[in-house]
Amino acid sequence: MASLNRKSMFSRRRPFAAALVIAAGLLVTGGGYAAATTAVKAQQDPTVASQSQIDLGHKLFLANCASCHGKNAEGTKNAPTLIGVGAASVDFQVSSGRMPAQASGPQVQVKEAVFNDKEIAAMAAYVASLAPGPAIPTDAMVANNGDLTRGGQLFRTNCAMCHNAAGAGGALTQGKYAPALTETGAREMYEAMLTGPQNMPVFNDANLSPKDKKDIITYLVYLQQHPSVGGLSLDNLGPVAEGLFVWIAVLGGIIAITVWLGAKSN
Amino acid sequence: MSDKKGLVPASHDSEGFEHDYSAGLAAISADKIADPGLEPHRVRMTDKSVKHEKRAARQVFYWFMASIVGSVFSIVAYFAFPISEDLGTVHNNTFFMGLGIALGMFGIGFGAVHWAKTLMPDAEVAEPRHQTRGAEDVRARAVEIVNLANSESGFSRRKLIRRSLYGALAMFPLPALVLFKDMTTDADPQETLRHTMWTAGTRLALDPTGTPIKAADLTIGSVFHVIPEGLMPEGAHKDDYLEQKAKAAVLLVRVDPTEINSQKELDWGYDGIVAYSKICTHVGCPVALYEQHTHHLLCPCHQSTFDLANDCAVIFGPATRALPQLQITVDAEGYLVAKGDFSEPVGPSFWERTAK
Repeated sequence: MASLNRKSMFSRRRPFAAALVIAAGLLVTGGGYAAATTAVKAQQDPTVASQSQIDLGHKLFLANCASCHGKNAEGTKNAPTLIGVGAASVDFQVSSGRMPAQASGPQVQVKEAVFNDKEIAAMAAYVASLAPGPAIPTDAMVANNGDLTRGGQLFRTNCAMCHNAAGAGGALTQGKYAPALTETGAREMYEAMLTGPQNMPVFNDANLSPKDKKDIITYLVYLQQHPSVGGLSLDNLGPVAEGLFVWIAVLGGIIAITVWLGAKSN
Repeated sequence: MSDKKGLVPASHDSEGFEHDYSAGLAAISADKIADPGLEPHRVRMTDKSVKHEKRAARQVFYWFMASIVGSVFSIVAYFAFPISEDLGTVHNNTFFMGLGIALGMFGIGFGAVHWAKTLMPDAEVAEPRHQTRGAEDVRARAVEIVNLANSESGFSRRKLIRRSLYGALAMFPLPALVLFKDMTTDADPQETLRHTMWTAGTRLALDPTGTPIKAADLTIGSVFHVIPEGLMPEGAHKDDYLEQKAKAAVLLVRVDPTEINSQKELDWGYDGIVAYSKICTHVGCPVALYEQHTHHLLCPCHQSTFDLANDCAVIFGPATRALPQLQITVDAEGYLVAKGDFSEPVGPSFWERTAK
């Protein structure tokens, strides 16, 4: 800036000097600002959102989401506003196939993702451009190299009451449920904690710090990668499934053997 | 036993009794269903044909061989699926070893039973029961022995020592009752149940890290699992950490204040941040399944559902009382603090708890 100003002083008497100075000043400050904001964006978002990406996202939004979320993402009586939900929320909802929703009901179901990665990134960039919100976590943030024991402790305190101690999921009220986490990807877990999708509470960074979240992911990925220590897990659903198995299969077997013991040979 | 008549004392007949007194004193009605006797003997296939007999013998042999295979397999499995540092390896080790041991044991059992059923002698044998009443001379002798013991020991005659024995017998279980006392704390159990660790000014801290929480930390829809500050497994409450935690655990939620339907709930909270006891009023499970849009708070044990937007009133399930709310405010540094203990006992009812 300083050197340019000095340069402009030398060309004081030239006719286009003023215009040149203004143009140069605008270029430097505007360029610098653009560079700075891009740098911030790049930090938040692994894929730098370009204007063309945002435009593509906007088009996809108008074609696929606006009917429920409103033409300006302001929300309708059928769906919440998306202003301020951030890229993380979009990435979670769309990449897991929850959005676009297939039908209204107690809970939006998981299905095969409708859009590819490029389209999801574009929609996320569009929603993120509306208002600041949680960004998509980087790969390093969701790597499973955290503290496994601590992650288990945090999971049991904050998550296990709904998602089951083994991450097998569980029922909530009136047809809602906490999904199983046995197939869930690490990024999806992080985004769910950060954004609190549907009826799940929000676990912001003051509640569970990024390190806490990483530890929890480490624990869940460990559970996914290691088979049950105790034999037949019966999907880890707990005493109801285990009781049903014992009463029907095991007791049935015992009765069959007893009948055989008492029956006379042919 | 077909000739019951012979067993009936003659005197009874002459007195016109309608009952047939056979063995023992059980009255048997005169029109009782006749003893069907044994089924006609059915000869087994293994007794009729050598081919079947040989096949049964082979089957028994196979069962015992299967047992041997199972036992050997179990030993092989122990070495083939070693337990390493990775706990997951326990699964295959115990599963395949157990499968082998099961086959080893069931093989012996099934073989032995099959052997007995198909190859061992097949003849029905009736083993008649003898009378339960002893012979007259045996009964008289028993009475004689009891009387002799009484006269020799002087049990009836020596009243003083007999009664002192009764006293000793009555006293000796009492030390066990004193031991039971150790199963409770010295403190008055009522007081223990009525009060928790929360006092005016106690900061709300995160479970399990113990980090104090600022009001600004909670975004709308957040759920924090909270313990009183200072409640750590290694701190001042080393000895009663779990007891204190079981009473003082709190669920802290931030709700949009416009969605709260109770003025009391708003007043006892701070800007939509409300703190409720996590201990179910039914049987004390931790109630923590919070749905951020319906504001339903569900207990995982028996599905008691509380409405967090309305004083945590019970809207479903076996619980009968709302969850107690903890009055909170913020201190000078912006940390959330309790205004005091809960205004009523937390958790399930107890005898002395007066209904509110």
